Amino acid sequence: MKKDTAKSLRAFAVELVIYSVLVTVYFFLVLHLLGEWLYRLETQHRYLYAAVAILLVAGQAVVLDAVATLLFRFLRRRWR
Amino acid sequence: MFFPISNSHINPIYLAVVGFIIGILGGFFGVGGSFIAGPALRLMGVDWNYAVGTDLAHIVGKSIVAARQHRALGNVDLKLGLIMALGTIGGAEAGAQLIQALKRTGNVNTVVSFVAIIVYLSISVFMLWESQKTLRLGKKASARKHPMAKAADLKEDHSAFGPVTQMIQRMKIRPMISLPTSGIREISLWTILVVAFVGGLFSGFLGGGAGYIRMPSMVYVLGIPTHLAVGTDLFEVVISASYGTITHAIKGNVDILIALVMHTGAVIGAQIGVVATQYFAGPKIRLAFVPLPLIGAAIVIYTLFTGHKL
Repeated sequence: MKKDTAKSLRAFAVELVIYSVLVTVYFFLVLHLLGEWLYRLETQHRYLYAAVAILLVAGQAVVLDAVATLLFRFLRRRWR
Repeated sequence: MFFPISNSHINPIYLAVVGFIIGILGGFFGVGGSFIAGPALRLMGVDWNYAVGTDLAHIVGKSIVAARQHRALGNVDLKLGLIMALGTIGGAEAGAQLIQALKRTGNVNTVVSFVAIIVYLSISVFMLWESQKTLRLGKKASARKHPMAKAADLKEDHSAFGPVTQMIQRMKIRPMISLPTSGIREISLWTILVVAFVGGLFSGFLGGGAGYIRMPSMVYVLGIPTHLAVGTDLFEVVISASYGTITHAIKGNVDILIALVMHTGAVIGAQIGVVATQYFAGPKIRLAFVPLPLIGAAIVIYTLFTGHKL
């Protein structure tokens, strides 16, 4: 029981580290690429900005969730 | 890091950590975590109107993740969620219009701060009273029970507010509907819509999915079991927060870059929170919820009276 908990915790810690690296890369890519464009969109085309905003956050949710789930599944199998 | 849309400087790690914490809260309690996220953004000097709109945008993403997980665990009443979405959208629009009116008069930060403090404190006090009373009643009952029956009680739900809930369920204001997934034989459609509208109003006015008011309302007013209330609330938040994001973005109250950064932390947090609900009974989940709005209230009081950001 204790062994299983330790393995799960280790897998989770590794997942967190890998995920953090991926997210950091993502931060700089997305914020640098989209930052200026989104700012202009927000000031000039509010309706388009609203649509893009909702699509971006929903898209990010689905993709990041899939990445996190896959990562966790892969690491759990590896540590087992 | 500079976020040009809201004209604010915020450390992205701070945003990701805030997202992570409210991700756990969202997965565990079925709330958007706006009572933490809104004050946390205010603490960084973001105006309330941006804090409200941006928080809603971030909550859309987080709720999609958590609602999918709860659906897989069978914790979502789709029929109830869709009906509530109608009332919530109406309420969210009314809340957003109130924010606009306050923006025009220049009182948005003061008024929203005071309302937030009153709401957060009231919720904490009420949930503390109810969950403790329920746990005390449960202890007396379980002392007379067989050990096997006690294990089965983990997902079973009781509430000290039960008689009031039953009285509300007996009100015959047509049309009456049944919610088999939630175990409710008959309830007025209007009761559900009013609960949803009030939740939506708070969502549009104070930001977030207003799960801090809707989740307790679903349990105490509609009589939904806590586990189902958590999952259904999240499903409903996806719809209502999406609407709230669009309407606030059109009104110029959303910094989507801040929302995207916060959401990266929330993804991992939500996974932890959802798994944790499986190990706690309903009243204990509600009791653990008590300090959270208090933290939000403390942050708002700090920013209101000192005028400082961290």
